[in-house]
Amino acid sequence: MIVLDNEAQRTIVQDAVDTFPDECCGFLYGHEDSSGRRYITEAHVVKNVKDGDKRRRFEIAPHDYLEAEQYAEAHQLELLGVYHSHPNHPAIPSEHDRAAAQPFFSYVIISVNDKEPGPIRSWRLNDDWQFEEENNHLLAQ
Amino acid sequence: MATVIIPTPLRKFTNNTARLEIEADTIAKTVSALTVNFPDLKKHLLDDRGQIRSFVNIFVGNDDIRNLEQEDTFVAPDAIISIVPAIAGGAIVNVAVTGCLLPVTRT
Repeated sequence: MIVLDNEAQRTIVQDAVDTFPDECCGFLYGHEDSSGRRYITEAHVVKNVKDGDKRRRFEIAPHDYLEAEQYAEAHQLELLGVYHSHPNHPAIPSEHDRAAAQPFFSYVIISVNDKEPGPIRSWRLNDDWQFEEENNHLLAQ
Repeated sequence: MATVIIPTPLRKFTNNTARLEIEADTIAKTVSALTVNFPDLKKHLLDDRGQIRSFVNIFVGNDDIRNLEQEDTFVAPDAIISIVPAIAGGAIVNVAVTGCLLPVTRT
């Protein structure tokens, strides 16, 4: 289970709307308890550096990833995942998402349709390198 | 010995260790030592041909080995080596989902 707190959720929604029709992306920080429940307390916007059509693809620069790891360590947080948007597409991971996905990370996807934010869903790779949905518990606004 | 920084997603394959000390003078030998000591890392670092996966970046200091000598890049004894997973994706037509779908709940 993954819990997105209000502030993190607002960051994701605002980024998805502001970046439309391109895909937005960013990192998710928080803590995981002993039962594996994840609490996302911070979402940080990161530049989509994908060359070409950003409406269907996103990419995070390696140096931004290194900084994200350093930020987590410096603030005693865990880097727990990544978010991105699917403009005018459902919040379901694509084959391209799966090919590039990392184990352990939560992949939070927000659908945004004509600047209207849609569902937020979260996915993780299983041991067979397939995505399974995490129960996504959004706190009240 | 060089220090290898393991990214968060791969730490479950290194007994949750973030930094490892490896004695090797090239990236190829460093990666080989890692996969020998932590066999579950192999499929995440190397492809079927034994090459470093395209979705894995390796930095020596601030430099991507693809801009140096690739896997033959020299590793100094005091080098800091970072394994950086490529973070990419996007909305393409084909979906990649398995298992049961759980509902999104709001409180």
